[in-house]
Amino acid sequence: MNSKSTKGIWKVITASSLGTMIEWYDFYIFGSLAVVLSTKFFPTDNPTAAFLSTLATFAAGFVVRPFGALFFGRLGDLIGRKYTFMVTLLIMGGATFLIGCIPSYQTIGYLAPLLVLILRLLQGLALGGEYGGAATYVAEHAPNNQKGYWTSWIQITATAGLFLSLLVILLTKGILSKEAFEEWGWRAPFWVSIFLVIISYIIRKNMDESPVFAKAKLEGKTSLNPLKESFNNRFNLKFILLALFGATMGQGVVWYTGQFYAMSFMKTVQNIDSSQVDTLLVFALLMGTPFFVLFGWLSDKIGRKSIMMTGLFLAIFLYRPIYREMYKLTDTKAMKGSGNNLVMESCKVTETPVASILTEPDKADPTLKNSRVFIVTKTDSLFSSGAVFHYTKTDTLFLAQPLAFDAKKNALNEVWLNYDTNNSSGAIVHHSVKLKNSIQQGGTPARLDTIQTGLLKQFPDAMTIHKSHEHGISAKGNISVSKNITSTVKFYLIFLVFIQVLFATMVYGPIAAFLVEMFPVKIRYTSMSLPYHVGNGIFGGLLPAISTYFVITAKNIGNPEFYLEGLWYPIGIAAVCFVIGMIYIDRKINTLHDK
Amino acid sequence: MNTFKKYLGIVWIILAMAISYYFIGIFGSKLTSGKQDDLVFGIIIFFILLPLIVTGLAIFGWYALTDEYED
Repeated sequence: MNSKSTKGIWKVITASSLGTMIEWYDFYIFGSLAVVLSTKFFPTDNPTAAFLSTLATFAAGFVVRPFGALFFGRLGDLIGRKYTFMVTLLIMGGATFLIGCIPSYQTIGYLAPLLVLILRLLQGLALGGEYGGAATYVAEHAPNNQKGYWTSWIQITATAGLFLSLLVILLTKGILSKEAFEEWGWRAPFWVSIFLVIISYIIRKNMDESPVFAKAKLEGKTSLNPLKESFNNRFNLKFILLALFGATMGQGVVWYTGQFYAMSFMKTVQNIDSSQVDTLLVFALLMGTPFFVLFGWLSDKIGRKSIMMTGLFLAIFLYRPIYREMYKLTDTKAMKGSGNNLVMESCKVTETPVASILTEPDKADPTLKNSRVFIVTKTDSLFSSGAVFHYTKTDTLFLAQPLAFDAKKNALNEVWLNYDTNNSSGAIVHHSVKLKNSIQQGGTPARLDTIQTGLLKQFPDAMTIHKSHEHGISAKGNISVSKNITSTVKFYLIFLVFIQVLFATMVYGPIAAFLVEMFPVKIRYTSMSLPYHVGNGIFGGLLPAISTYFVITAKNIGNPEFYLEGLWYPIGIAAVCFVIGMIYIDRKINTLHDK
Repeated sequence: MNTFKKYLGIVWIILAMAISYYFIGIFGSKLTSGKQDDLVFGIIIFFILLPLIVTGLAIFGWYALTDEYED
């Protein structure tokens, strides 16, 4: 390849990659902000359900990606690669910007999640059309023996998009106060998208059509009906199925486990502070990204199959040890017995507990009223290693009677609540709480004037609960934890995530070239896009929702290794994919359509 | 190897049926449990993954059995 043509292909790579990276950024910003979005667009009375609904909305974008692949793939094979992926870019940018403009659930109710879902579907359709176009466009510019290397630059864009999304979030959080970010700052990363899209659109506008496609079009060799030729042709359909079950399905779950599930695991299972997770993920991604190009380049030399299958094999056998190690790093129970340095030094209530009262008609009998009292207690546990775990404990007391302050009956205008709870070790703790109506007569919230509980030796893991009291009180505990980890733990976690990113680079680096070479020019856009988006989008994209559900279910039934349960899904899918890939993928397949 | 690929097709068809049986048997109750998180999970399993895996794997198995993947 001479320097002129090398310069030409770099121009193609830059224009294609920039746009694709921005589309991935748009797509992933939603996932990166899943925790905060769940509190903005969904009812907050059940945080777990809200988080799972957010993950499901996130997943909906993945589910429609194959439809986008079919729709835009067909357009790409009919009118050209360049124009099609310019349209997808604009749709993606517009949808992302509008997500940042939707009022919250508190303002417009269920219209909020509905609008988010519609825009998320548009994002999914656009991405379904984008990736296949960009990969095909680059591959059709690249020499036959270097397709792996050049298309690997497109493969970087997915991770780079995720990286950029985390970086923008971290910057926004750094610039704004925590309150401002929670209030409106989370919208900024969505708004940023519109500027990025405009820049990319201008760059892409000046690009030429793919030379291979332009030649085919000139010779009248383009397809008249790409969908029919792709899926109604047994010879072609068998390759689509092989690409899906022998490559993209496994690639999808390995990619999403190493990046998204790792992030979700650290935030929601290990409860590590969100910003710390974003930071360490940024480092792991940065370290791992060059390996996309390395493995893409290597696949030109030794073949795509061997590299992809090695990545799958390593993932299948090492995921469980890796996640066990990750969990142990922040698991206080496991640490205490093993004589290491994560031993709690002190535990103290950091802020005056606050109580709020909600009185409403009884669900069973609306003529009666009852009250719920929410008591929020913030506690810090300090460890000898320097780690600080922040606990926010919300005790909900269910009162059979409506709770009202009556200054005439009670000169002090206060109410005492007494109740017992039993913690995870079975010990009964007596609580005696004084609520004082210091704000307004008969209104809420009340100031929590006094709290007396059992001696706070260490923070209770969970109030498994609860004993009815003579005053008709029952209690339910809900604890949210945010852990600030030490540098040592952080570096070790970066390494463990980096290993997972490495597996992802092995299966993902060569796959664009693998898919492009599998299908002929005239139906390439359509045919390669479908297995990619079903494998990556559906099998991979649904992973966070499915695996999180497995973890939560296992935790609820008391499985001691609940944190590993989410891995059965990626391990199972990757294992089937590995067997099919090893047996059925033939190196000769990739020389069928290399023109 | 071609014979192995061919008869392994039966395994893929059986696996498709086993997955179908397992998903319906184990996860069937999720759609009717009344819990929101179960419902979300049930929809993902029954309306997205199940049809995709079962149909795709069965066709793949059939193609293998009819020598489509012969070298």
